[in-house]
Amino acid sequence: MKIKDVSFSSLARTAKQDSGLCVDIGPFVVRLRTRDTSFLRTFATLYQDFSLSANAFIDFHVDINRPAGFRRWLRPQIIFSIDGHVLFEPFPASHAMPLFEWGLNWCIARRGHQNLMLHSAVVEKYGKAVIFPAFPGSGKSTLSAALGLRGWRFLSDEFGLVRSRDGLLLPMPRPVPLKNESIQVIRDFASSAVMGPLFPKTRKGTVAHLKSPTESVEQNKNVVKPAMVIFPHYQKNSEVVLRTLPKHFAFLKIATHAFNYEVMGQTGFELVRNIVNSCVCFNLTYSDLDEVIKRLDKLILENHGC
Amino acid sequence: MAVDGEKGQQLLLRAWIEPKSFEHIDVKEWELLVRCARTAKLVAALGFKFEQSGINAMIPEQVLQHFQAAQKLVEYRQRLAMWELNRIRKALSGADVDVVVLKGGAYMMLGLPMAKGRSVSDIDVLVDRKNIEQVEKRLLEQGWQTAKLDAYDQRYYRTWMHEIPPLRHRDRFIEVDIHHTILPLTSRLHPDPERLLTDAVKVEKFDFKVLSPCDMVLHSAVHLFYDAELNARDFRDLVDLHELLTLFGSQEAGFWKKLDTRAGELELLRPLYYALYFSNRLLNTAIPKNLLQRHAGRPSIFVRALMERLVPLSLLPEHPDFSGKKVALARWLLYIRSHYLRMPLYLLLPHLAKKSRKRFQTKDIESLTNPDQSGSG
Repeated sequence: MKIKDVSFSSLARTAKQDSGLCVDIGPFVVRLRTRDTSFLRTFATLYQDFSLSANAFIDFHVDINRPAGFRRWLRPQIIFSIDGHVLFEPFPASHAMPLFEWGLNWCIARRGHQNLMLHSAVVEKYGKAVIFPAFPGSGKSTLSAALGLRGWRFLSDEFGLVRSRDGLLLPMPRPVPLKNESIQVIRDFASSAVMGPLFPKTRKGTVAHLKSPTESVEQNKNVVKPAMVIFPHYQKNSEVVLRTLPKHFAFLKIATHAFNYEVMGQTGFELVRNIVNSCVCFNLTYSDLDEVIKRLDKLILENHGC
Repeated sequence: MAVDGEKGQQLLLRAWIEPKSFEHIDVKEWELLVRCARTAKLVAALGFKFEQSGINAMIPEQVLQHFQAAQKLVEYRQRLAMWELNRIRKALSGADVDVVVLKGGAYMMLGLPMAKGRSVSDIDVLVDRKNIEQVEKRLLEQGWQTAKLDAYDQRYYRTWMHEIPPLRHRDRFIEVDIHHTILPLTSRLHPDPERLLTDAVKVEKFDFKVLSPCDMVLHSAVHLFYDAELNARDFRDLVDLHELLTLFGSQEAGFWKKLDTRAGELELLRPLYYALYFSNRLLNTAIPKNLLQRHAGRPSIFVRALMERLVPLSLLPEHPDFSGKKVALARWLLYIRSHYLRMPLYLLLPHLAKKSRKRFQTKDIESLTNPDQSGSG
């Protein structure tokens, strides 16, 4: 059952119980328990297309709640805990959503070594996945969000999960945290975009989460083969420039962008080698989203059938 | 909810005793097992246990993924640990010093089956006290550094502890603990480190030594029952003991007798008794009949009754969602016991007062949530 098919009061009730809300985010199932209804409202909007899966194996047991004591009234705070352990400093209570997303990312990065984890966005068209590995601030979230709003399948804005068994990419189309100027850019780009509230003064500035396209979420079990690796670089007023990248160079760049390359050892090496061998690799500089999407549409057609 | 809490523990214990019986448990039971194993840092080892039992085909895919992920991480840490040992060997080359590698590092060097999936967080070595200055100096000259400790912590280590302040190479993450004996100098028990060093066995391939099989068991027993707080994080040490006893007990006919004699020589009969008793009771370790009844290390009936009640409560991982008051009380009592055993009260009380004052002053979140990482906590 999808989250949007459940009434909010029923969601809120389940979220308070021991059994919690068991949300299938694609490669993982998260049990979320919370008593914070304002957070839950935002969550229910952004995750509306995701399924609840009460009897599944739970990978992460997360609680989002206010600490006990006087802080409940004086500048209230919110705490993320996993398996009952509090791992981070509390956030201001109003920032529960960014805390949940950030905390969950942290848990996946810490525990998810069944996959090679690339710090990258992933999108797909015509059954071909494009990996966008990049450092924070290079525009990969915005670019992948924009592609998702123009009919590409959106797999992830932050985690390129490469399954170690077969090298296929696992979709995890969670909401995209847009930062600062990107928020307005995406609003102007697609007026239909569904966004959560603005969260000012986070560590990354102002953040607003963009709901992922419904079709992308519905396909969150469809794994896909990597076909292209593109290293995006947003540069103000730049034309769209796409340059082929030699494979040995691409290898090093991809390995640099893998969170757990060292942890994966030989498996990590082999997975990156397979990606480099089976993909065409490019460096991309761009500024205008419409222009760059036109170019990528053409590129994916040209490489159709390779 | 106590029922659920115990269910997780029963699953975890049963996984070690009869892993083959897990072919038909449901997905929620798997989930609980993995969670309890995680509390005890045993997920990777558990995965290997099932793999060796040949039931992987019956295990749900999501569960196998947790095993695989934990194993990748453990293997990575083991690589780091072996590399650290390699670097230490290089740093000490030419020095005529015997270095005995303890615990996880030793199990790895010997290639013991139990090393598979056993996480190592640091390197523990034992050297003769007269050589410790030389070893420390060599390492400090070659890039290892002492954690920034204040004068009080320095003095705590140097005068009371069984190790010098931990070292860490500036380019790496593994901590190196150099011990000159296996218990704090202020502890109730005083096993003679000379004897341990004399009996240590050379591992040719690595040019390090390891403790003899009996001493390895005794060190593990001392560590768990005389130097640990006996909470869920220490359950892994009981699994170590179970594996060591099972392995050595089946390898050598006279092992049990030798073990007892050796424990007598080192004055470690009491920790040996506890190790045998709890390993047998909780993990069904095969030990000779009547060994426990007439054991020279057996405490009085009063102490026994207390320990037999408190240790399982405290040592076994709780259900992560529900914590009980009884468990909390047992953990608190054993925590007090561990400190009491480590130091006489006239030293312990001023030390604890000093530490808690320092904690309030620094408000260091790390040391509040992880008391065992604050060095001399």
